[in-house]
Amino acid sequence: MKVRVHVSLKNGVLDPQGRAIQHSLEGLGFSGVKDVRAGRLIELDVDDSVSDEALDDMCRKLLANMVIENYRVERVAA
Amino acid sequence: MSGFRGAVITFPGSNCDRDMADALEKVSGGEVLRLWHGDAELPDRLDLIALPGGFSYGDYLRSGAMAARSPIMQAVVAAAGRGVPVLGVCNGFQVLTEAGLLPGALMRNAGIRFVCREVALTVDNTQSLFTAGYEAGQRISIPVAHHDGNYFADDATLDRLEGEGRVAFRYAEPVNGSARDIAGVLNEAGNVLGMMPHPERMIEKAQGGTDGRALFESALRGLVGV
Repeated sequence: MKVRVHVSLKNGVLDPQGRAIQHSLEGLGFSGVKDVRAGRLIELDVDDSVSDEALDDMCRKLLANMVIENYRVERVAA
Repeated sequence: MSGFRGAVITFPGSNCDRDMADALEKVSGGEVLRLWHGDAELPDRLDLIALPGGFSYGDYLRSGAMAARSPIMQAVVAAAGRGVPVLGVCNGFQVLTEAGLLPGALMRNAGIRFVCREVALTVDNTQSLFTAGYEAGQRISIPVAHHDGNYFADDATLDRLEGEGRVAFRYAEPVNGSARDIAGVLNEAGNVLGMMPHPERMIEKAQGGTDGRALFESALRGLVGV
């Protein structure tokens, strides 16, 4: 089974990469972009038996840094 | 002080490990062991453990994230808990935060660019094992070379660090956008120091300055209690 883990910076944490992307978009002539936040998408292929708790544990122990990031786990139907 | 026995840990992608070992050897006159990240145990009777700069695991996932989960780091966390001094420089600092030995996180530099130059620091805490050889408010010059040195912690954590005197060094000029200009922090017990600037690159005149030498001398003096 495919699992997508979306990792994003917490609100209130400045995102220099997002800011740079926003500036580049402005430089390309795109207007109306108010804010950009860059995150990370991690796709896992796991046995169906892997529990939600185990996935949660993976996120907390490695995939996300809980000091600065949030995560969201999404199971994707095959 | 020939009885000194320290260790420098090398991760895949470390590149300041030899400089760190060299600095420890030169300042201590003692023995410095070179350890590999895959070792599950540390040698006994270590006076100090150093985590060097570099780009462990190519900075995959987050800087220091993979190294912090390598086998030897469990032993380092346990040793730090027993009071063994641990010094993490640059990538070593990132590893220490990822391993939970120090609070906060090191994010991409606010200016996006890699910063590689000498910077001015002020010594904030002169009571710690690593900083006792400096004078309060002393301004020193130490090189930095990093992409992810932008120190972040929530306000409550920053207040606590400042209130407990755990900010060891601050940048005296704009460098990377670090919260409250923090360049180096101590753990609660004071035996773990993480810092982005490279003191091991400033221990003898041939390197262009000696402002980093007092850090190693302080630690060594503290260890033998002279």
